[in-house]
Amino acid sequence: MSNKDSIKQTFIVAALLCIVCSVIVSTAAVLLKPAQIANKAKDFKINILKAGGLYAAGIADGRSIDDMFGAVTTKLVNLETGEYSEAVDIESYDQRKASKDPELSTRLSSQEDLAKISRRENYAKVYLVNEDDAVKKVILPIKGYGLWSTLYGFISLESDLTTVSGLTFYEHAETPGLGGEVDNPRWKGLWAGKKVYTDDNKVGLTVIKGNVNTSTPDAEYKVDGLSGATLTSKGVDNLIKFWMGDMGYSKYLSNLKSGEA
Amino acid sequence: MNVKELLFKPLFQDNPIALQILGICSALAVTSSLKVTLVMCLAVTIVTGFSNLFVSLVRNHAPNSIRIIVQMTIIASLVIVVDQILKAVAYDTSKQLSVFVGLIITNCIVMGRAEAFAMKNAPLPSFLDGIGNGLGYSIILIALALIRELFGSGKLLGFEILPLATEGGWYVSNGMLLLPPSAFFIIGFIIWGMRTVKTDQVERSEFKIAPNTQVKEAH
Repeated sequence: MSNKDSIKQTFIVAALLCIVCSVIVSTAAVLLKPAQIANKAKDFKINILKAGGLYAAGIADGRSIDDMFGAVTTKLVNLETGEYSEAVDIESYDQRKASKDPELSTRLSSQEDLAKISRRENYAKVYLVNEDDAVKKVILPIKGYGLWSTLYGFISLESDLTTVSGLTFYEHAETPGLGGEVDNPRWKGLWAGKKVYTDDNKVGLTVIKGNVNTSTPDAEYKVDGLSGATLTSKGVDNLIKFWMGDMGYSKYLSNLKSGEA
Repeated sequence: MNVKELLFKPLFQDNPIALQILGICSALAVTSSLKVTLVMCLAVTIVTGFSNLFVSLVRNHAPNSIRIIVQMTIIASLVIVVDQILKAVAYDTSKQLSVFVGLIITNCIVMGRAEAFAMKNAPLPSFLDGIGNGLGYSIILIALALIRELFGSGKLLGFEILPLATEGGWYVSNGMLLLPPSAFFIIGFIIWGMRTVKTDQVERSEFKIAPNTQVKEAH
């Protein structure tokens, strides 16, 4: 051990340690990847069910996630025309990847890009809950930039296609306790019953700073901001405006309303 | 080697949080719900145990000049492995813990034990010392989480214990207990309590505050 502190020994120890540690870390990452992907997929479905308000009741009945998900129909929407499309295979279509693929997405100008996502995919997967052949709920994927990260989530609308029935975010990296409170069930609960579109078909829904005064006439268009998380709240506000607007689902929703989707 | 002493001394006599005041940051952050706390405690205990073991194994080969880097590399690798396992088996909880699993790397207890104990002792005692300190950390965190979840949201492990007034019960929850600063107060009370019982834990003052003798300065 006399040469423990020699330069040669230092390099040997550093190199060996790095190799051993990297092998261990990468082995763990590779071996656990399938389980993690399965978890992610399950979490994705749970979030769709939660946004649609189907999750709590299903769990109470002791049903499995896949069984509950059977009530949900997945469809592909062309966001340009607002019509259903079968241009790409829905099973293998990865919306997240498509939004980065120049072939499958559209570049947004800085005025259009409210949600700061720079490209928008041309096709979106929407999730429908049908009852007696009529659409009961529409669950739409949304995303947008908050403070540190892109928030990925779902918004679900009632059959009138303007009343919000739920909102969830399944992936984000906002500050825990501040912006991370977008996961807070109480805050998410505030969204139910709010209206998205005003009478002249504009996006009226907005996240305000502070608490909503319920006695004001347009309280149904306003949601409390998260305290201590102004920029995350702003991000959520922007992404709602973007995805409910012309570049988002507004064409599809009006088509759906008139029965032409 | 005294197994009992290595394992249980850090619980009350030499508690990493209450006596050494290490690892406070995560104690504030993760203790608002008991389930998350238990997973965090398990993760920290495993990481301290094994990082001590591995650091002790390489202690005679690691050059002095890079010993901290060696320790950090070992700790960081262990934490990444733990994080990956959590994502694979307890996805929900790992989502709730979010960054705090990754931040075990910077938990002062892990590094502190590696440097203070594992660098000077054989692998097995080091491992036990790591587990013991992990348990010492856990016992304080669990106490915090019990108080915070029970009185903050009227539940334990998600089961309703005190029916909340907002949901038709009688208990008006203390919202402050759900905020991180409340853990500061509780840790303070725990330390006060422990030092009242075990007076040898009281630190000697580093300096004495001189009495204010000059009337002018007092105003």
